[in-house]
Amino acid sequence: MPGLEDLYREIILDHYKSPRNRGSLEPPAVRAEGHNPLCGDEIEVFITVEDDKVSDIKISGQGCSISQSSASMMSAAIKGKPIADVRALISRFKHMMSIEEGEVPDTSAPLGDLEALQGVVKFPVRIKCAILSWNTLAEALDIAGE
Amino acid sequence: MSYDVQKVRDDFPVLAEVINGKPLVYLDSANSSQKPVAVINAMADFMSHEYSPTNRSAYHMAAHATDLYEGARTKVAKFINAPHAHEVVFTKNATESLNLVARAWGSANLNKGDVVLLTHMEHHANIVPWQMMAAERGFSIRWVPLTSDGLLDLSDLDTLLTGAKAFSFTAMSNVLGTINPVGELVAAAHKHGAIAIVDGCQSVPHMPTDVQAWDADFLAFSSHKMVGPTGIGMLWGREALLDAMPPFLGGGNMIADVKLEGFTCAELPAKYEAGTQPIIEAIGLGAAVDYLTGIGMQNIRQHEIEITQYALDSLTHRFGDDIVIHGSRDVSVRGATLSFAYKDVHPHDVSQVLDQTNVCVRAGHHCAKPLMRLLGSNATVRASLYLYNTNQEVDALCDALSAAGDFFTL
Repeated sequence: MPGLEDLYREIILDHYKSPRNRGSLEPPAVRAEGHNPLCGDEIEVFITVEDDKVSDIKISGQGCSISQSSASMMSAAIKGKPIADVRALISRFKHMMSIEEGEVPDTSAPLGDLEALQGVVKFPVRIKCAILSWNTLAEALDIAGE
Repeated sequence: MSYDVQKVRDDFPVLAEVINGKPLVYLDSANSSQKPVAVINAMADFMSHEYSPTNRSAYHMAAHATDLYEGARTKVAKFINAPHAHEVVFTKNATESLNLVARAWGSANLNKGDVVLLTHMEHHANIVPWQMMAAERGFSIRWVPLTSDGLLDLSDLDTLLTGAKAFSFTAMSNVLGTINPVGELVAAAHKHGAIAIVDGCQSVPHMPTDVQAWDADFLAFSSHKMVGPTGIGMLWGREALLDAMPPFLGGGNMIADVKLEGFTCAELPAKYEAGTQPIIEAIGLGAAVDYLTGIGMQNIRQHEIEITQYALDSLTHRFGDDIVIHGSRDVSVRGATLSFAYKDVHPHDVSQVLDQTNVCVRAGHHCAKPLMRLLGSNATVRASLYLYNTNQEVDALCDALSAAGDFFTL
């Protein structure tokens, strides 16, 4: 049985206790909302897209340490990045969570702190928590692209 | 004779399971209960020696299977003190039972301008079927609010019931543990000409039930929460109401005759039992009813009062202001379902740490999102106790909570 330390790595607890980029953005920033119907976790992702880049991102909502730290790390990883890189990172993260089949996507973009979430895969119930903010970000990108 | 919880535990094989060297501490019975060997054997024996479809065939085994299936219905009827066994309809689960009432009774009785009264402590199964019907038929839904200690606020009940055609409410909250005054609520509904539909999912497994003393019109409940198998639920309804309603699901077994021009319905209870029924599950359910009756529902209720008091005292004593337990502190008006918030640790994280010592609790919204919003949270930890739980298991919960607190202290 995997131990708690496999799941709750120090960097995860750090992001949970001191979440980065908390708050909201006013329009014309785009807003998307995600729910985890299993446990009731809710998340809001606000992004500003300028010159094909995610120039700003804010996160609101409430949830467990895994969903909140994943959102915090995600916001730090993608802020200021070109949309193409952000989409690639979403794909890579989902792949790490074992929910995207097929070839390993472009691994050139560094995962950085996100690597710490790898342990979540050993706790299948929690994968949905880790992935919630990423799906919501993908939805925000779709809205921004319309 | 005092209640021998160890003897009860010996009847439930799964409770002896050891996972990673530690015993299982199962505190999720409000979600679904464990099964005694009597139920397991009844189903296995039936499949091993007696299995046959019911109702349709003349051979000996089919007749015997039909007797066993109908015997289960008779046991259930007696268990809730229903006037007639044919007033008990087998469904897939309590959710289907409530959908049956909302759709079949609702389509014959609810129209634009009508009102159905629900309460803020209902779970989704007693909300969504009414919302679905309201969207189709244009009636409106009113809600009985809650008091600050998690009881129904009945101060405006007469106003809320004015013009209502149905009052559908839970006998016991699956989140707060609150036991509602069913007889009083039924009487209030009847005074205003409304029918009273009781959701007994959480109450029927844990205390004596008497639909005639309540004077209720419908009662929905499920097998898997009362030590029976999954896959079968029950709806009891007054004969006159069940007779007058249109059928719910159509198909074999529920018809008297079918012609190209149309069909006529079978008599009760077959009218509401379309298709091949959960025969094996019904036999398991019958064994569950026998098992619970053998122990005595009043004895089970008394055990749960004692263990609930112990849990309330232990949690408060150990954690003080670090724990917020929802619902009443008065064990005479609450069951053994305890929802709580612990420090600022998210329920998902609490349950993850508890799982390290095999303490099984539910974390989440408990299929009661409107109530969760009223409580100002999107999730709670819920420990729910039953006839087989012990004070030692409550201690194990407390120990595991301490560990979770140490791990997550912000």
